[in-house]
Amino acid sequence: MADTSDILPGTLDMLILKAVSLGSLHGYGVLLRIQQISAGAFEVEQGALYPALYRLEQRGMLDAEWGISENNRRAKYYRLTRKGEKHLQQQAKNWNRLSLAIATVLNATAEES
Amino acid sequence: MQMRSFLEPLFRRDHLEQSMEDEMRFHIEERAADLHRSGLPADEAKRKAQIEFGGKETYKEQCRDAHPLHWVYGFISDLRFGVRMLRRSPGFSLLAILCLTLGIGANAAVFGWIEGTLFRPYPLVSHQERVFVLAGTARGVAGYEPTSWPDLRDFQRNCKLIDSFVAEHIVGTTLSIGDRAQRAVGSLVSANYFDALGIRPVLGRGFQPGEDTGRNAHPIVVISYQLWQERFHGDRSVIGKTQILNGMPHTIVGVAPKGFYGTFVGYAWQFWVPASMQERFDSAGYQLEDRGARWIEGFARLKPGVSVQQAQQEITAVARRLEGDFPDTNRGHGIKLLPLWESPFNATDSMLPTLKITALVVFFVLIIACANVSNLLLVRAFARRHELAVRIAVGAGRRRLIKQLLTESLVLAGIALVGAILVAHWCRNLLVLLVPPRSGPIFMKGDLDWRVLALSAGVCLLSILLFGMIPALQTSSLDISGALKCESAGVIGTRGKSRLRSALILLQVALSFVLLVGAGLLLKSVQRIRNTSPGFSRDGVLVTGLNLVAANYEPQRAKAFQNELLDRVQGLAGVESAAYARVVPFSYLGYSSTPIAVDGYPAAPDEQPAADYDEVSEGFFSTVGIPLVVGRDFTRADDENALPVAIVNEAMAAQYWRGADPVGMRLQMKGRAMRVIGVAKNAKYQNMLETLSPFFYVPLRQNPSSDIGLLVRTRQDPATMGPAIAREVHVLDGDVAPSGILTMREQISRQTLTQLIAGRFLGIFGGLALLLATIGLYGVMSYTVSQSARELGLRAALGAAPSHLLRLVMSRGLALIGLGLAIGLAVALATTRLFGYLLWGVSPHDPASFGSALAIIGIASMAACFFPAWRATRIDPLRALRD
Repeated sequence: MADTSDILPGTLDMLILKAVSLGSLHGYGVLLRIQQISAGAFEVEQGALYPALYRLEQRGMLDAEWGISENNRRAKYYRLTRKGEKHLQQQAKNWNRLSLAIATVLNATAEES
Repeated sequence: MQMRSFLEPLFRRDHLEQSMEDEMRFHIEERAADLHRSGLPADEAKRKAQIEFGGKETYKEQCRDAHPLHWVYGFISDLRFGVRMLRRSPGFSLLAILCLTLGIGANAAVFGWIEGTLFRPYPLVSHQERVFVLAGTARGVAGYEPTSWPDLRDFQRNCKLIDSFVAEHIVGTTLSIGDRAQRAVGSLVSANYFDALGIRPVLGRGFQPGEDTGRNAHPIVVISYQLWQERFHGDRSVIGKTQILNGMPHTIVGVAPKGFYGTFVGYAWQFWVPASMQERFDSAGYQLEDRGARWIEGFARLKPGVSVQQAQQEITAVARRLEGDFPDTNRGHGIKLLPLWESPFNATDSMLPTLKITALVVFFVLIIACANVSNLLLVRAFARRHELAVRIAVGAGRRRLIKQLLTESLVLAGIALVGAILVAHWCRNLLVLLVPPRSGPIFMKGDLDWRVLALSAGVCLLSILLFGMIPALQTSSLDISGALKCESAGVIGTRGKSRLRSALILLQVALSFVLLVGAGLLLKSVQRIRNTSPGFSRDGVLVTGLNLVAANYEPQRAKAFQNELLDRVQGLAGVESAAYARVVPFSYLGYSSTPIAVDGYPAAPDEQPAADYDEVSEGFFSTVGIPLVVGRDFTRADDENALPVAIVNEAMAAQYWRGADPVGMRLQMKGRAMRVIGVAKNAKYQNMLETLSPFFYVPLRQNPSSDIGLLVRTRQDPATMGPAIAREVHVLDGDVAPSGILTMREQISRQTLTQLIAGRFLGIFGGLALLLATIGLYGVMSYTVSQSARELGLRAALGAAPSHLLRLVMSRGLALIGLGLAIGLAVALATTRLFGYLLWGVSPHDPASFGSALAIIGIASMAACFFPAWRATRIDPLRALRD
């Protein structure tokens, strides 16, 4: 069951936090938001979202609360906590630095080295 | 809120499950609705949504794992499943739980006994781990001696590392309350006794500093709770009243708390008097100022944080100084601090070897029980391998399976632990059976405190590791495809697992053999001791004690009382003769020892001839049944006005007169000259184990004592003669009570009790172990036969005779037994030596004991093999091949 093999390990958490940072969402909403903001670049087996959500909730990054969905159904909504917000910023910074470094390495040409 | 969600899986499992299910269903339904909106037919949309979501159950499991306490969650569900599995095969569960209850229970009971008599023997006494026994040592003398009062005071003054030195000395008295006289056991104690031990009287007070000084200056007494209830009916106004003790009115100042029995393993004390009253209670006379009089059995209570080595160093230094200051009394004398369980002054020293052996035996039983349960589990795991294979096939990890199986073991052991604690609770009073019969209230109890419970739980865990681990690990080598297909067959079936089961059987057979050999050796020792003549009559003699010191008799009055009682007892119908002895053979009292001088015997330069002796009345030899070889018995005329006389034993005659007739010769003890008037046959004096040594008798009338033993030779039933004797005593003086009346046989058997009890324990547990091993062997053999039914049927179809099949199956079982016995034999040969002095007149390699153990196990295990083998011959070839 290679559920997250399509995205880099550890990035799913970051994507979820980012999705939720734009406003509280239920699980299916998180999926839609990720697909939307990534323009379908990340394919995740949908169920794999939930263990990640539970893990983030347990670590205090997310708060969960039962609410009513847009079509009047009971749904569990996730919201970013202060801790989650800080973690997301930290992660984003690390990620940018890393991707910049990798990009630099990969773009290196013979003259520059 | 945070806390609630943290603990949620423990208490609101259903809630969590529900919310997980709701959430995921919401997701799938929303997705399906979206797909439907984009044009898919409804059922197609639903199917696609489900596929996109993936394995719901797998993700649920991962969600559960996200919780930090998820293992508790898993554990609880394992637990539920385990209980369900056990309920599904009640026969197996019951047998396994029974085995474990027995194994763990026997251990818990013995831990309780050890805790209650050896480690924390004195209920209510605080910090017993800091209390040590003061055991006096004398250079060149084996064993320990009590301490003198002046020495104890000096230790108290000079030792800085020790909180308090507590003195005690067991004494008896006759309590005369209302019209009933009764023997009571109590203690002379130092004034700090109650304070130092942390005992607060429930009524009144303990003793105050200084009340242990001054000759007979403080006639006060603290009584036990039990005595207060029984004889004073719990009357609160008892404080301040007086009670006559040993002829002197004592003021009752306090009542000890309920459950405090004093500080003597074996006896429950009924009263405490301060040491200042020593002269009143001790027939030896006033000893409080005599440094040479060693009579105190003391304790030292160390200050917190002081090690016993440090305390010992300090005490030794003070003892050295005392040696220098008082060479006449103290040269060569020291003090050793012993832990409570090594106390030489009470019943501990006879309990220790018995309890050691018992602890070892119950550990063996535990191992055997675990081996048995392990075997049962293996057989069951084999029966369940289909289920286990299915679980592996659908994705259960092997670790998860092992966890599951160990949890099932935990359920078994947990139930057994509860049973075990109940067993230990019921057995806690059985300890009294280990104590020789005696007069006075006995206190000896197992104790189930948290230490015992913790240790038992530890044993329980150990047993899980012992019995549960092997079957659990076996699953990791499970061959899934093989297990999912049909059973494979063959005489050897699955070789690996059956080899393991065989090893467990070997262990059981070997250990049962060792236990049975041990039981045989000990019981044979008891037999030997009982059948060896002590040199006097074992039957038809009653013995009792008569302490007139306790009843406050002057020596002259005591003599008159003794004379009159002897006449009355001799006048009783059915009494052949009666006599007195200061020390009755085989009693707890020690004989006096004295340096002697014999005319014409040249002592070597460094030799000080010495011998033990006893003071006896006329008629002693005929009453106790020791024949006189030559000369005459003592008579009433051998009193203080007559010439001092003595009767020596054969060993003494042989050693000091070298075969010449000693009658008429002179013997000197402590500078007093006596005429030898007779030679008595050798006998045992203290116990059956002693070696022959010189011994002599002097007339009681020439060495009077007010604390003596009465011996009565009668052909009548002791049950009627005992009360008759007690009645005669009561008629003469209602304030005097004889101590418990025993037959001589009972008196002697007290000495062999340790061997007897240890032997019985080994016998019981050995039998039990054998039973378990036999069941185990039977199980393995039956199982083998049922597994190889197809092959056996084939052989039968091809013309194998039933006798051949019988031999085929039997040979496999017998090989196992033979190997087990060989291992057991080797272990037994190497370990029976450890019984040490418990074996008497029996070699630790006694062929008869080994032989009978061999025979018993051989027969039992043959039977266990025979029935499955016999069944093998009855297998119907057609059916076996068809199935």
